[in-house]
Amino acid sequence: MKDFAYVRAGDVTTALRAIAAEPGAAFIGGGTNLVDLMRQDIERPGTVIDITTLPLDEIEETADGGVRVGALVRNSHLAAHPLIRTRYPVLSQAILTGASAQLRNMATVGGNLLQRTRCLYFYDGAAACNKRRPGSGCDALEGFNRNHAILGASDACVATHPSDMCVALAALDATVEVESVRGTRRIPLVDFHRLPGDTPDVETAIAADELVTAVELPASPIAVNSRYRKVRDRASYAFALVSVAAALEVRDGTVAGVRLALGGVAAKPWRAREAERILLDAPATEESFRRAAAAELASATGLSQNAFKIELARRAIVATLSRLLTDGSAA
Amino acid sequence: MTLTQAQSPPRPGASGRLVGKPIDRVDGGAKTSGAARYAAEYPYPGLAYAALVHSTVARGRITGIETAGAAAVPGVLAVITHENAPAMKPAPPMSVLNLSSLATGTRVNYLNTDEVHWNGQPVAVVVAETQDAALHAATLVRVTYEEFAATVGFTAEEPNAKPQKSDMLQSGSASKGDAEAALAAAPVSVDLRFTTPQHNHNAIEPHATTAVWDGDRLTVHEGTQNVAWVRDHLAARFGIPAGSIRVISPYVGGAFGGKTMVWAGTILTVLAARVTGRPVRMMLTREGVYRTVGGRTPSAQRVALGAGADGRLTSLIHTSVTQVGRVGGGPEQVTSQSRHLYDAGAILVRQSLVELDTLSNTIMRAPGESIGTFALEAAVDELAYKLDLDPIEFRMRNEPERNPIDGKRFAHRMLREAYALGAERFGWSARTPEPGSMRDGRWLVGMGVASAYHPSWQLPANVTVRLSADGTVLVRCGFHEMGMGGATAQAQIAADALGVPFEAVRVEYGDSVLPTGPGAGGSGQTASVAASLLTACEKLKRSMLALARRSSGSPLRGRRLNGLRARDGGLWTEPGPGETYAAILARAGRPHLEVAVGSDTRVGAMVGQARFMAKFLRDRRRWMKAACGAQFCEVRVDPDTGEVRVSRWVGAFDVGTVINAKTAAAQLRGGIVMGIGMALSEETLVDPRNGRIMNPGLGEYHVPVHADIPPIDVCYLGDPDPTMPLGLIGVGEVGITGVAAAIANAVHHATGRRVRDLPITLDKLL
Amino acid sequence: MVDVQLRVNGTIETLDLRPRVSLLDALREHLGLTGTKKGCDQGACGACTVLVDGERINSCLTLAVQYTGRSITTIEGVAGGGEPHPLQTAFIRNDGFQCGYCTSGQICSAIGMLAEHAAGAPSAVTEHLASRAELTDVEIRERMSGNLCRCGAYNGIADAIGEVAAAAAVQEVTETGAVRRGSAAGAARQATTAEAAR
Ligand SMILES: Cc1cc2nc3c(=O)[nH]c(=O)nc-3n(C[C@H](O)[C@H](O)[C@H](O)COP(=O)(O)OP(=O)(O)OC[C@H]3O[C@@H](n4cnc5c(N)ncnc54)[C@H](O)[C@@H]3O)c2cc1C
Ligand code: FES
Ligand code: FES
Repeated sequence: MKDFAYVRAGDVTTALRAIAAEPGAAFIGGGTNLVDLMRQDIERPGTVIDITTLPLDEIEETADGGVRVGALVRNSHLAAHPLIRTRYPVLSQAILTGASAQLRNMATVGGNLLQRTRCLYFYDGAAACNKRRPGSGCDALEGFNRNHAILGASDACVATHPSDMCVALAALDATVEVESVRGTRRIPLVDFHRLPGDTPDVETAIAADELVTAVELPASPIAVNSRYRKVRDRASYAFALVSVAAALEVRDGTVAGVRLALGGVAAKPWRAREAERILLDAPATEESFRRAAAAELASATGLSQNAFKIELARRAIVATLSRLLTDGSAA
Repeated sequence: MTLTQAQSPPRPGASGRLVGKPIDRVDGGAKTSGAARYAAEYPYPGLAYAALVHSTVARGRITGIETAGAAAVPGVLAVITHENAPAMKPAPPMSVLNLSSLATGTRVNYLNTDEVHWNGQPVAVVVAETQDAALHAATLVRVTYEEFAATVGFTAEEPNAKPQKSDMLQSGSASKGDAEAALAAAPVSVDLRFTTPQHNHNAIEPHATTAVWDGDRLTVHEGTQNVAWVRDHLAARFGIPAGSIRVISPYVGGAFGGKTMVWAGTILTVLAARVTGRPVRMMLTREGVYRTVGGRTPSAQRVALGAGADGRLTSLIHTSVTQVGRVGGGPEQVTSQSRHLYDAGAILVRQSLVELDTLSNTIMRAPGESIGTFALEAAVDELAYKLDLDPIEFRMRNEPERNPIDGKRFAHRMLREAYALGAERFGWSARTPEPGSMRDGRWLVGMGVASAYHPSWQLPANVTVRLSADGTVLVRCGFHEMGMGGATAQAQIAADALGVPFEAVRVEYGDSVLPTGPGAGGSGQTASVAASLLTACEKLKRSMLALARRSSGSPLRGRRLNGLRARDGGLWTEPGPGETYAAILARAGRPHLEVAVGSDTRVGAMVGQARFMAKFLRDRRRWMKAACGAQFCEVRVDPDTGEVRVSRWVGAFDVGTVINAKTAAAQLRGGIVMGIGMALSEETLVDPRNGRIMNPGLGEYHVPVHADIPPIDVCYLGDPDPTMPLGLIGVGEVGITGVAAAIANAVHHATGRRVRDLPITLDKLL
Repeated sequence: MVDVQLRVNGTIETLDLRPRVSLLDALREHLGLTGTKKGCDQGACGACTVLVDGERINSCLTLAVQYTGRSITTIEGVAGGGEPHPLQTAFIRNDGFQCGYCTSGQICSAIGMLAEHAAGAPSAVTEHLASRAELTDVEIRERMSGNLCRCGAYNGIADAIGEVAAAAAVQEVTETGAVRRGSAAGAARQATTAEAAR
């Protein structure tokens, strides 16, 4: 890891000024992704701005019945918070299936949003990777791409976003609040991450000098009946092959509301709008779930090793919705 | 279902006062308090740190190496490359007459050549004042290559495999009758192809070395399975007498075969210390371990079985292809178990090899049998289904009385009893054979069995035993402790043999200044040390008695050893008088009495080696010696996603006498856990385009975690093997054998799907 | 270089470090506390687990400087007043280790885990997130999954933790004179196989 200057920001203004003054500086939250990537010589910030003591570590109920989560709330604290466990169980579950307890104790909400892909070729400095070195090519296209994207990928990049938390946030219509010396703005979570297109190195909608300050969850009665299902290669401590965040409201046997997002399938958490459209007002049956899943994945394409994910995603969607129907909420 | 009756009830084990008891490990305090020091944890004044630079091409020549950037990093002491490294001697030629020559990890003379032989080969070493400076500077070394065509894809190269030649230690093929003809004629048969990927050991302690030169004397702290091999190898490479080198390795943070050979990191740490004149420590990065320490070869296997309608095997064919590196590695005895497990009318086994421009393969827990039992035992299950026979019943019908391939006697064989015991504990009779017929809620439930098999080994071991006037016993032997509990087991054995309290015995091990012990390999360490230790204890008692008999006052005067019992810290007539060792020594005015078995003089070592070879060959002519067992597992498969979870395990083993029920169970469980990983998730991803390992880390190479492992019930028959010291057969490796097959068979039982390519990931079940 | 002040096992340590030095390297290389192990330096094995103000973290992915002023407990500091921590003795009794290299991390992790559980934290296998989870074998195993043991001592580790948790539960019962909750590890042993598979 190359040397860098270390600055601890005691308040938000200091943090924003520091990053504005230092192109190439990076904020550090839990460090669980940044330190790893710096050690791999993939990230090389000249200055590291420690934001862990910023007063952004509160979880508060908002006036409209939603919840505002400070960007420095630790993943484990968010997952264990009574408001989240009871009102947004899908979010608790998603976080708890991610990484390990130790990492969740370190990881911050802001850092989780901005964690980078686990593509093997992104991680290996000797490999071609358009994300790491634009224009160098993509070794994953013809290489080990079992964990890669089936939706929204491009010829330039087929990497996925690895976060579990973000999948739940996508389903919950969360917004991300970001702040810079220029002011504050709100970005819907579903627009926060970008599909690769020709510029896979541009991963998010946030500018280099912007600080994530909070994530807001709108009031969402439907979220009470929600679940997260993560499918992976071992029982714990592994990234998702496919994951599903789902919330379902059924009235008189008919789907009265549904929120659905997929993880492990694209460069961003994938909000399954098409499936939601088909399900709304449809009978709450496995048959409908199957139809919706098929429609959502109609445009999915497989690479040499990951085509199975298309079927897996379909099945995981159906299984998760069915479970919500039969067993109810994870809460 | 009928289970053929066990032929004879298990005899009681050769348990003594302490042997057989589940005694807590003697190093428990050190290991649970952080006090145990591993190789990278010895402080030295002026200690410097080293880091490796790895090649990024599979084959080629270095055309340029730019080190200025690295050298400019504050704290960097040296950047060593082929352009400035002092000359080292090449690796000694391999010879079975000099076992330590087998220690060569690869034949590459690191940093003494501009040639690159595999993707990841070390091409430079950076030495710096701190670990972080060394690691950072290593990223700044820029290397350019002239690339040569390289053959790196195992699958692509498989058709070009060449038959493995047999040598004194390993046989590449064997046959009985015309197995192909018998197969063609068999009314019921299967002819199947299996594949297994490369595996890596992933001991949680990365390979680490601390090297300290004092003039021409060298001290090395190294986590190794063979201190003597490290010493001898370094002596050969650096051109100094072995006697000038001390290798210290009291704690090894896991090894599983990966710390048997001497790999680049060890040699280059010693080199770095020589160049800088400083004590140097190098702990490989996790990636560095993958790039410089070999793993288990991938394999492609054919198992073809033919049987009559009576369920008797008429033909058994097992062939394999595995890889070696062009720079080193050896054949994997994939067909080993297939020569011994079934009484087939005709048998053909044949192993072939491809040679690739990759890092050498190396031994990893039960090399050969771990992956060989997967193919054989999965095929046996398939044939049993075809015959409509219970897979245990099918095995019992084909259980041989003598070694099937050559009619040799089994030194010990209680596979029938193991199946009976395991089936009982597992509740095999509750299984309904129809695939997909068992469920628990939404889960598909499957039950599978497979045989475990691993040959037993015994190696030379020199030991000394000293009994002091205060009644304490010191056992010294340069054996190794990577978690097997060796010191605990040997203390139990010595305490029983001498009749002293367990607490009175101290065992010194893991140091090349000690009498040369066996390497930790082949599951042979406990038996090998035990054999010499028992001899030494006998000798010691004799000497004690002789000493006592010299004195007129001794109640032992005129007695002979076989009329005496060693107990209560001395020798006693039954039930009459006797004397403590302390009293004997006190009267003789001796502070202690010491005996030795084996000798480390030049001549002594040669005699020892010759004696070992003679015994090895004689034994091999006379007996087939092995541990075996029956692995029972229950899996649950998610019908939606194909996720497989192991929910229950029973392993019933024929491992002879169990010295310590706690540590033996731990070894067997550990093997089963590693086998579960091999079955379900482990795979080293080697990019076939350039031979580069793409998942060199614990995040992407999936070893089992806590949540993957159910309670594992391990039980033994406890019947001593009459041909082994104390009747014990090794437990280190047999545990992993049969595991992957038991799981594959259970997955078939749950789903009706046969997965013949490991690992059984969910995509193969969708 | 930056000044880093850590309270390690109750002692205040002042170090002058480059900011890139991880908490793990600070402990091992600069303070000589080698009980905390390095297995991957990538957050992927748990061998480096230490407690910071009672919470378990991976010290390898942590910059030491970020923890200035915080209270760190390593394996060398878990014993209290000359007595080993109950988990240390339970690990020996239940043979919760072989080579010992993951052991410091397992023990520190288990201490943190029991505290998390006592505080009511759920896990990925908790059936009903809104209520408090019993510390079954399955819960223990999920909660400990951030600590790899390649020797495969998982059974012994889970047993050791279950034993200590059960003893703590019994103590709680005797102290309050009333059963506040069922014996955690008693239930742990009874975990259904269905649960075990999940
Ligand atoms: C072995 C391992 C396994 C894992 N498994 C999973 C898993 O299964 N599922 C999963 O979801 N995740 C997993 N993770 C990833 C983990 O969740 C992330 O590393 C973590 O959430 C990142 O949070 P952090 O606070 O540590 O981020 P940091 O590492 O501190 O930062 C990450 C990035 O975000 C930036 N940043 C941080 N905070 C802010 C802010 N407030 N504003 C602007 N920029 C900011 C940093 O500059 C950096 O670029 C795993 C990680 C490891 C090491
Ligand atoms: S060393 Fe920190 S998790 Fe492996
Ligand atoms: S005891 Fe060796 S890794 Fe756990």
